Parts: sequence; structure tokens; C-alpha cells
Amino acid sequence: MKFLRNQLDKVKHNFEKGGKLEKYYYAYEAFETFLFAPNTTTHGKGVHVRDAIDLKRLMMTVILAMVPCLLFGTWNIGHQHFLALGQTGTFGEKILLGLGQVVPLIIVSYGVGLGIEFVFAIMRKHPVNEGYLVTGMLIPLVMPPDIPLWQVAVATAFAVVIGKEAFGGTGMNVVNIALTARAFLYFAYPSQISGEVWTLLGEGVKTVQGYSGATPLAVAAASTGNVMNDFAQFGSGWAEGIYSLNNLFLGIRPGSVGETSTLMCLVGAAILIITGVGSGRIIVSVFAGAYAMGLLLNVIGGNPFMEMPAHYHLVIGGLAFGAVFMATDPVTATHTGTGKWIYGFLIGVFTVLIRVFNPAYPEGIMLAILLMNVFAPLIDYFVLNANKNRRLKRATV
Amino acid sequence: MSTAVQEVVQEKKSEPLFSKKNKKLLSNPLDIDNPITVQVLGICSALAITSQVKPAIVMSLGLTFVTAFSNLFISMLRNTIPSRIRIIVQLAIVSVWVIMVDQLLKAYVYDMAKLMSVYVGLIITNCIVMGRLEAFAMGNKPWPSFLDGIGNGLGYGVILISMAFVRELFGGGTLFKGLPFEWQVFKSMGIAYQGNGLLLLPAGACILLGIIIWIQRSINGYRESH
Repeated sequence: MKFLRNQLDKVKHNFEKGGKLEKYYYAYEAFETFLFAPNTTTHGKGVHVRDAIDLKRLMMTVILAMVPCLLFGTWNIGHQHFLALGQTGTFGEKILLGLGQVVPLIIVSYGVGLGIEFVFAIMRKHPVNEGYLVTGMLIPLVMPPDIPLWQVAVATAFAVVIGKEAFGGTGMNVVNIALTARAFLYFAYPSQISGEVWTLLGEGVKTVQGYSGATPLAVAAASTGNVMNDFAQFGSGWAEGIYSLNNLFLGIRPGSVGETSTLMCLVGAAILIITGVGSGRIIVSVFAGAYAMGLLLNVIGGNPFMEMPAHYHLVIGGLAFGAVFMATDPVTATHTGTGKWIYGFLIGVFTVLIRVFNPAYPEGIMLAILLMNVFAPLIDYFVLNANKNRRLKRATV
Repeated sequence: MSTAVQEVVQEKKSEPLFSKKNKKLLSNPLDIDNPITVQVLGICSALAITSQVKPAIVMSLGLTFVTAFSNLFISMLRNTIPSRIRIIVQLAIVSVWVIMVDQLLKAYVYDMAKLMSVYVGLIITNCIVMGRLEAFAMGNKPWPSFLDGIGNGLGYGVILISMAFVRELFGGGTLFKGLPFEWQVFKSMGIAYQGNGLLLLPAGACILLGIIIWIQRSINGYRESH
């Protein structure tokens, strides 16, 4: 620690006013405040809440909450690989294989994203914002394990420049940046991010007999009889019971790197709620919305997917991950308490609607969140107006 | 009295064909008064037919033609059109020119006419045509109006073709597809290029247009007025 401090102090004079690297002061400042809590504090006057936590520490909490998903996802990549090849791998082999996919993803995401952030910060002469710390971790978690890295780089650049900097930087974006990156890939290069790309296979390997890379969503959408039977039969011969309710909840199934495990997402949700960083209302209401819509479709009936028990909607696809880490993004979500309930509930409803009724999009959580991001200010507007009217009625003057 | 009036008229008549003011009519719409990026007219066709360069070129030529001649004729009639029915008169004249463009395309480039059928017909509702008639031709003389039509058509074309260039290059990996000098850019360089599907969608075009406006505004120093 002492060493880092000394190093930083040694170069500091170069970056201060009049120094030869004055232009790059904010790049230096970013590193300094990343490593050490800044010693400037809010002035005594005014109404600010004074607290040790700042934006960087806040973002770190979110990243900590994502670690369970990340670790589980790393193991799961290896596990699914060996399952598809009909081999058995040790725990260490699976982790190693997973790390081989996940680490480059994270490096590319942070490298490209932070690079662009630094360039914009220096050009616009403002401190480097912390927003990208979380986005940079979210992007790898919502990618298929073997997505080409150049695509991740292009998507990250697009999301940061168009999704964020065009609107004015951190805190000004309208839609979730990590989902912008994913949506970009989804429309720009669909062949690498849709269909059966969710298991890491590798070049020219021979899969086990009977293997199918279909995700639970694909199985449910293609079902002609009973979804439950199809789930039970899926994987017979090479991965018995891979889509049993228990397994789906634990997340031992193919999918994006970090989205598979509902359990790990709930662990993350607990961290977010306990530390007060994420909104519990949104998380709960997304699940509630999806469940309610699932129940409604059960009542209506009509095709096998609509008759699928509603609780399955909560454990397949990326609903849990989206609910916990994407929908709760404080910038793009609604700000009012009541608004959060409405916002989350509608995300859940639209997710199930897109899943069941739109054959072009097997998973709906990404599009549902992006859609509600756009509507969030409108929801807030109506909630505020309703509150005003209520208080006006109560007023005696 | 009468001599004074005549003097003024004479002065105006002596204005050269390409005076500074008239040149501005041609050059302003290319940049600081661009119909698409500044006046925000004609967006729909800019998103719809810019996935390749060829239709973009044909569309810009068609629109330039229609705008210029509609402007010219409306300007000649501007003192005789009753203002209460001016829109319908303008539409009648515009539609004559649109039909002529449509028939010309059908006669000489039939494939192109089939591809652009709807959009050629829709030139009549292209906001640029009506916008320039209302904003310029109704209050100016025929020659400046004609130049204004050409200028706005070219300004529209510049944006349209530059958008189509980027979209075709990065979306499909080709350039000038359908023209004699078609060029398979990446194939000829031996690069296996995977086309960007987003750019081929109208949504991608909308984002691209936003980027063009962003670049233009940061060069021209535009600031939003509150």
C-alpha cells in the first residue's frame, strides 16, 4: 500500500496544473481514487448525507454480488463441455476450461470499455466515471461462452459510445449499457448469439450420441405435447435429468456465462438488498410479474408452452440474472417507490409474453428490460402526478 | 414615384445568375442547412432505402429533379395561387413530376423501379418537397427557387449516399452493388468479412444518422438552445 501511494505521489506533479501531462490529469485521478479513497470531503454546510461510501465503492459492491454467478458460470462452462463430449472431467479441469473462456472475455470488455471511457474523459475534461466498472463485468456474464472476442469488442465499443457517451456519460444513459451491447450483437451478428451456441464445444470435436444443444427455452418453444415430459426426457442417454426443476434452479445447464444459475443470482440479490445497493422491490416484482403472467397463460392454455407451469418461467433463461443485475440498474430504472413495483412487474410480464408468443426471440428478458428502460421516466411521471393529486385533495387550503 | 420603383426593379434584374446569394442557396443545404440533419425532413426515406448505394443515388437524383422543378413552377405561380388552397395546388404540381420520374425509371431502369416503387411514389409526401415549397418557393422568384430545389436535393443526396456507403460497406461487405463497377471490398482483399446485420436494419440506419448528426454538430459547434 505504502509503495503504491509513494509511486502515485512521485508522478503526481506531472499531472497537476502546469505539469507536462496536465491534459491527462483525469486519467491519473481515476487511478488514484480507484486505489485510495479520496481525501476530499463534502463541506460542512448544506444538506448532504455524509457517508464513507462513494460511487466507486458502490460499484464494487455490485461486482462482489456478481462473483458467485461468475464463479459458478466458470465451472459450468467446463461442466457442460465435458457433458456434451460424453467425458468426465475433474473439478480443476472444468474450472481451467471455464477460465480459458471467461478471462479473455473480461479482459476484452474492460480493456475496450475503459479505454473509450478514458479517451472521452480526457477529451471532455471530466473525471473518469465509475459506471463502467459494473458494465464491464456484466457484459462477459451475458455472452455465450465461445463468442468471438472481436464481436465482444465491437459490441462494447458500440454500447459505451452510443449507449452512454452520446447521452452524456455515466448516469445520463437511457438504456442499460450491458444490455445495449448484447442487443447489438443479437441484431448485428445473430448467428453467434442465438440458436445452439450456449455450450462450449471447441473445434472439430465429436459430441456424445443424442446430444442436443437446445436450451430449456428452445425445448419449451418447440414442444408439441407436454413441456414437462420434454424436459424430463431431454438429455436421456448423455445427461440424465439435465432439465429437471432442481437442476434448472441450480443452473447446471447451457446458457450465457453467468445467467444460468437462479440460485447464484439469488445470492447476489441478497448481497445487493442487504447492502442497500440494489432495489429489492424491483427484483421481487420482476419475479412476481413473470409468475403472474405465467399463471394467466396457464389459465388460458392453448399451446404446450402456454401450459408450462408458471414457476418454470422463473428458472429457465436469464430471467433471474436480468431481474437481479440488469433491471435494478439505478440509472435506467424508475426512481419512485411505487414506480419500481410497476416497472419490475411489467418487465416480468413482457419477458414471458415475448418468450411465449414471439418465435423470433426465444428469450425475452433482454428486450423487456430495454423496453421498460425507455418507459421508466413515464412511469415516474405518472406516479409523481398521482402523488401530487392525492396531496392536493388532502390539502385544506 | 414610378421612376423609383423602376430603379429598384432594374437593380434586381441586374443580379448575376450565380450571385453570392444564389450560390449560398446551393451550398447551404449541403452543410449548415442540410434538409436531413438540420431541418430533419425526409427521414423515412433516408432510413428505408440506404442499405445500398445504388438505390440511394437513384433516389437522390429523383428527389433533386422533383424538388427543383416543383419549386420552379410553384414559384412562377406563387402570385396566382390562392393561399387557402395552396397545398392542393402544390400537391398537383409535385405529383406531375413524381409521375414523370416514376415513368422514366420504369422505362429505363425497370429493376430499380421495382425495388423503389413505393418510395418513388412517396416522394410526393417527402417532407423536403413540401417543406421547400412552403418555406421558399412561395416567397421567392423562380430562379432562386430552382437553385434552392437543386441545393436541397443535393444536400439530401450527400447524406443519403454517405449513409448508404457505410451501410453497404459494413453491412454487406460490398460497394456499388448492382452497378457496372460493383466491388466486393472484403472478398477482393482476401478478408473473410461477416456482415453487420444491425446496419442493414432501419434501426441501424437511424443510429448511423444520429452519428452523422453528432459529427456534423461537433464540427459546426451547434448548441441546443433551452
